[in-house]
Amino acid sequence: MPTYTLDINGKRTEIEAAAEMPLLWALRDKAGLTGTKYGCGIGQCGACTVHIDGAPVRSCLLPISAVDGSSITTIEGLASNEQLHVLQQVWIDQDVAQCGYCQAGQIMSAAALLKQKPKPTDQDIDNAMSGNYCRCGTYIRIRKAIHTAASFYNASTATGEKDAEVQA
Amino acid sequence: MNTMLTRRGFLKATSIVGGGFVLGLPLMGSAMEASLVGSAELNAYVQVRDDGKIIIYSGSPEMGQGIKTSLPMIVAEELGANWDDVVVVQTPEVDTERYGGQWTGGSYTIYLNWNLMREMGATAREMFLAAAAIAMEVPKGELKAEGSRVVHLPSGESRSFAELATLAQKQPIPSKESLVFKDRDDYRILGKAVSQVDSLGIVTGVGDFGIDTQVENMLYGCYLKCPAVGGKIVSANVDDIKKLPGVVDAWIVKGNGNVRELMDGVGIVGTDTWSVFKARESLNIEWDESEASRDSWTAFAEFARRVGDTSSNVLINVGNVDAAFNNPDNKVISSFYEFPYVTHMCLEPMNCTADYRPGSDGAKDHLEVWIPTQNGPRFQEMAKQRYGMEKDQLTIHIKRMGGSFGRRTSNEYVIEAIELSKLSGKPVKLTWNREDNIRYDFLREGGFNRQRAAISPEGKLVALEEHTVGPAPQGEPSRFNGPNPGAFPFNTMADVRGSLTNYRMDTPVGPWRAPYSNTHAFVSQAFLHEVATEAGRDHVELLIEMMGEPRWLNNSDWRSMNTGRAVGVIKLAAEKAGWGREMPEGRGLGFAFYFCHAAHVAEVAEVSVDGDQVTLHKVIAAVDVGPIINRSGAISQVQGAIIDGYSTMAGQKITMENGRVEQTNLDQYPVLRIDQAPEVDVHFIENDYDPTGLGEPALPPLAPAVANAIFAATGKRVRKMPLSDEGFTV
Repeated sequence: MPTYTLDINGKRTEIEAAAEMPLLWALRDKAGLTGTKYGCGIGQCGACTVHIDGAPVRSCLLPISAVDGSSITTIEGLASNEQLHVLQQVWIDQDVAQCGYCQAGQIMSAAALLKQKPKPTDQDIDNAMSGNYCRCGTYIRIRKAIHTAASFYNASTATGEKDAEVQA
Repeated sequence: MNTMLTRRGFLKATSIVGGGFVLGLPLMGSAMEASLVGSAELNAYVQVRDDGKIIIYSGSPEMGQGIKTSLPMIVAEELGANWDDVVVVQTPEVDTERYGGQWTGGSYTIYLNWNLMREMGATAREMFLAAAAIAMEVPKGELKAEGSRVVHLPSGESRSFAELATLAQKQPIPSKESLVFKDRDDYRILGKAVSQVDSLGIVTGVGDFGIDTQVENMLYGCYLKCPAVGGKIVSANVDDIKKLPGVVDAWIVKGNGNVRELMDGVGIVGTDTWSVFKARESLNIEWDESEASRDSWTAFAEFARRVGDTSSNVLINVGNVDAAFNNPDNKVISSFYEFPYVTHMCLEPMNCTADYRPGSDGAKDHLEVWIPTQNGPRFQEMAKQRYGMEKDQLTIHIKRMGGSFGRRTSNEYVIEAIELSKLSGKPVKLTWNREDNIRYDFLREGGFNRQRAAISPEGKLVALEEHTVGPAPQGEPSRFNGPNPGAFPFNTMADVRGSLTNYRMDTPVGPWRAPYSNTHAFVSQAFLHEVATEAGRDHVELLIEMMGEPRWLNNSDWRSMNTGRAVGVIKLAAEKAGWGREMPEGRGLGFAFYFCHAAHVAEVAEVSVDGDQVTLHKVIAAVDVGPIINRSGAISQVQGAIIDGYSTMAGQKITMENGRVEQTNLDQYPVLRIDQAPEVDVHFIENDYDPTGLGEPALPPLAPAVANAIFAATGKRVRKMPLSDEGFTV
């Protein structure tokens, strides 16, 4: 079985897996990173969203052989230097989640959006987030949380100002 | 109002390592009503740690309804704790003697635990006060517990709970009768918006979902059953499967024919989930389908349209319906409604990790399971019946559920995981793929409903008749169809008749968020708008008239409707939505009231229609569930239920032919996306009635409100769900 070398959350990681194994399952079952979720396996729901070289991708359809040598960020690696990403902080403050299963994918999609458009419009949010299903229907809070996070967003660090007052 | 809990034995205070304070309250549910599934034995713990943290156990499973946060809030309130000091811990095992019911469902959990949680908090508080009276040498009456401290009011001096814990645990346990609960005006935690206790884990990817379980030496498994339920396995190429990469073993498994336990199938275990998912594609299974389901949606629908008008199987007949219908002065209208089967589509698939360890040298077998389930005690009972496992042979970890909506009240995926663990001799994490979740679901019932009304010359609704055509699952009567005398508007009327025609159905059905109500509200409240329109009446005004004097409709049942509370939410929703305002061309407001799960809810939908394109702009919800526990969670449940309701009515439909569910994945079963989601404004009417649950009741009124709004915008009646079947696009 071939071995692939990936940078996962800043850590060089070797994974021995069949060439066609989707990145999702390599992350979950081989690397033990279960924050990235399986939802549909057909790239429809967005629960498996991770960043590859900074861009959001659906990891359930992407063979590991296609990402050999890539730099991958999962939800476990979104916080940096012990500080939550501003989206994670706002997600907590505004109590966005219900069951929470889709939220790792939601946050990863939103983080990629903010990186590209630090002050997204509603239309930008629709475009970037419509591939992430939430079965519990937390969309109203997701939209509000992205706008709030954007108001604190510092593109260079991806973290919010420390003393930012976030209203629930 | 009934007290559902009686005290058994004494409250026990036990010392734990580190001088902590443990207050155990063994209580037992005894007067559970027969209509509630299972029994609800309730119990909880308060522990105060040396470091000042207050541990509060949560016994009910969390599935996104927020119960893991809201129940401990009640305890913390009565205790006088500072919420920031509270650490909530899921009860570490299923032990109904010690912890109580440990199940959730029917939006009952808040109501059934309200007094118990208050008692737990108040009992501990009184013991802290008694301890402080001794320590501070002041009368107990001059003390108050707040902010995790006991304060001496005259002097302002105080002691922390942590300082008092050792002494407090030695104090006599106050009698239940002596406890005084706080007034609503004095609440510091209840009614506030609190972020759910697992938020940090969720946003950092280290949440406690069942599917994330990792156990040493674990194998990964899948289990395939006949796509037509009831098919028996004849043969399968398991020897070929065993040779595939990543596969460790594969077996033909014989079941017992019980869909809630174990059906015939093929089990595969391997080194990772993908390898077994991949291997299953190479399976060739021969099924004996001679006794398998032949269910056909097309045949059900044809049958229903043929027999839909009337039935001799009358189950409710109150007053004199025929006199009203035969009176030539009355106007009689009739409509036929349809609604489809739908699936739960929990985003976290059914899964379970099981480790069956056979005993050796005379030791007994042991079974350890990690289950996302709504009902751990039910599984415990199954383990005893099926495997003869006593409590001391079982370790059950209740895991957070990635959605459930009633689905995980059945535990058959647990049995499948156990069987694979027994066969392999290893711990196995079983995961259903998305297709399994749709194919092997317990569906929300689809059905058909003929409504008939008599309207007097004065424009009053004087008689109502409904005839349901619905499934008899496995030939048995269903809990989720047929006329219900307690449902609105039957419950307010003097002359009503309800009848039922069943067809046999083999595909399993089960509870799905607001069972019965989620479709009956659509039928009955859309038809009520037809009545209002035909009578030349305003919908809201007709609703208020029908409610009459404020009263409980059934004094002996806490789940009965109160017409005064109904009018309250109807008026509030109308006011907040600007009901009656002029709308531009192609835009309309629709109203619906419904009562279920002890909640009174009114919703107004604002819709525009352009050609066949429907846009739901905004929904106003007015809700009376008594006092609000967690304002954030409560608003979220209402918003989520409304979006779920719209998602379901927009385009979701499960059909089956030749016993096989036809839809396979999310590309054939649309879930509402963020760009389709409406704004939702939520308004609560709070009062001193006991609080009731919010996981379900905001869903049912959404569909009729939208249907009525589409009529207001277009003049076209929506009598069928989903909207895509009526030619609309969302």
